Amino acid sequence: MTSFLPKREALLVVIAAFLGLVVLPCLNAYVPPDSAFHVSNFTLTLYGKYLCYSVLAIGVNLLWGYTGLLSLGQALFFSLGGYALGMYLMLMIGKLGQYKADIPDFMVFLEFPARFPATAGLPPHWIPFKSFWFAAAMVIIVPAVVAYIFGWLAFRSRIKGVYFSILSQALTYAATLMFFRNDFTFGGNNGLTDFKFILGHEVNSPVTKRWLYIASGVLLLSVYLGLRWLTSTKFGMIQRAIRDSENRVLFSGYATANFKLFVFVLSAIICGLGGALFVPQVGIINPSEMGPDKSLEAVVWCAVGGRGNLLGPILGAIGINSLKSYATHAFAEQWPYILGALFVFVTLFMPKGIIGLPEQFRELRKKLFGKPAAETGPVAQPVSPKIP
Amino acid sequence: MTSHKQFILSLEGVSKSFDGFKAINDLNFYMDEGELRVIIGPNGAGKSTMLDIITGRTRPDKGKVEFGANTDLTELNEYEINRLGIGRKFQTPSVYIDHTVFENILLSLQGSRSVWSTIFSRVTASQRERIHEVLKTIGLTDRATWKAGALSHGQKQWLEIGMLLAQNPKLLLVDEPAAGMTDEETAKTGELLMSLAGKHSIIVIEHDMVFVRQIARTVSVLHQGSLLCEGTVDQVQSDERVIEVYLGRKKKAQ
Repeated sequence: MTSFLPKREALLVVIAAFLGLVVLPCLNAYVPPDSAFHVSNFTLTLYGKYLCYSVLAIGVNLLWGYTGLLSLGQALFFSLGGYALGMYLMLMIGKLGQYKADIPDFMVFLEFPARFPATAGLPPHWIPFKSFWFAAAMVIIVPAVVAYIFGWLAFRSRIKGVYFSILSQALTYAATLMFFRNDFTFGGNNGLTDFKFILGHEVNSPVTKRWLYIASGVLLLSVYLGLRWLTSTKFGMIQRAIRDSENRVLFSGYATANFKLFVFVLSAIICGLGGALFVPQVGIINPSEMGPDKSLEAVVWCAVGGRGNLLGPILGAIGINSLKSYATHAFAEQWPYILGALFVFVTLFMPKGIIGLPEQFRELRKKLFGKPAAETGPVAQPVSPKIP
Repeated sequence: MTSHKQFILSLEGVSKSFDGFKAINDLNFYMDEGELRVIIGPNGAGKSTMLDIITGRTRPDKGKVEFGANTDLTELNEYEINRLGIGRKFQTPSVYIDHTVFENILLSLQGSRSVWSTIFSRVTASQRERIHEVLKTIGLTDRATWKAGALSHGQKQWLEIGMLLAQNPKLLLVDEPAAGMTDEETAKTGELLMSLAGKHSIIVIEHDMVFVRQIARTVSVLHQGSLLCEGTVDQVQSDERVIEVYLGRKKKAQ
């Protein structure tokens, strides 16, 4: 069953999953706070956030690293997933808001009862979001549908390369502007916040936070394993073939647009799921989360971690965000410059990112110490293990 | 209509212009099944545009392009035309550099091309056999596990021809296969193409006259988007119009 996972990688995954999903939560739950091994609620939630970002990074990488589609709009799908669950969380606040009303605070504030008198102020499309399962379904369906429509138009018109990147950026920018508007019924620039309950549990209690963290880890693990499998199938091969020589694929009888559309929709769903788990942990979702700059950040995570493989983006997302948490305390003003410089440096000197460093060092050593590579030769090219 | 035996490919009155430039101008072209046809012509004669029109990359402004009995190619797109059994090799080798030679052929094998079928497909024993058969034909058996990106230029060209063969096409369109090859590689490519003629119908576009001489039975000369003349290499080379537009210029240059 695990034929798509080489043994060494499987071991790595098991260890990482054990540390992340069992050890860390246990250190949070069962080790007394005064112990050196205690993991604070704050830290655990912070890591939960990083895990969600990792899912976003994997989504970006599935498009960029594997299919050659640099989308600068994946934060949109992340946010759409976040908004979908956020709507449910808003409706679970009940009368505990500032205005003690049946509807979320911003609806009272924006005089929705006058605008939607028939439903006592609640916009009709909000009503079904009282159900968690409906919201959960929307977490998947909304990003998928938006991605399908955009992708169908873009790929059918054969928009490629940098034009695709620009269009995807325009899409997410347009969505940001729309969500900023108060009359768009999603809370305007304040977004959705002040959540209280999820599935009847207090959203901010340490236990709930711990389970949200675990859910994020499980999501990341499933996405990792799922994509590991998908990219090992013939579909995955065609995906990379499209990246390397799309014309050849097209002239070999494959409707490349359909393949790209499938990957684009899948990536949107993955990003949306990440966003949905992100929102209850950070406690807020607003339009700035879907801005082009957020999408670009995710691209930087991929580039730094190493694209074209599944581990790189996770490394990049966790690494850069840890750095960011530290840097924005220590020297907040300079952070954008640091991030920018890092991106430039990686692009110029580490084309394969952190994950490609060992390989780069090997090549460098070969060059410097000139050990004739006769015995390795071209046959040493990494050979695909799955096919004889 | 004279009742000739069925052509595998016929172009009738085909024209195509780009921004007023007539790349193809009232072109008529007929080809029999199993034929190995070489098309020559000076730069800008419309050779590659002709292939673009046959393979659905460009739509002609007017004219008829028919494949086999009565399949109109002008209404179809690239992958639909490919599925009919028309394979095209590009001028610059385009192979999947990150995949092994084996995988390159695997992705080109005949079979379903839908998204779902590729997700759940497994390599069967008969497919494996067929891949090795193709590798043998193109002489890359001992390179099966290499990444295609590590192959030499000539080997990439052969691999791409192998990828076409794997599709088992009725008609092969080969654009300048010998470009950038050593003399030895060129000769080998010629042998390969000649061994395929008969089983497949093949159109080869080529500049290298030595190569043309090696493989050609019938040569069609294209000039300013239309057919100038057709015949054996000797006939063509002694045709005055051809000497004037094409070979003559070359002679002067030498």
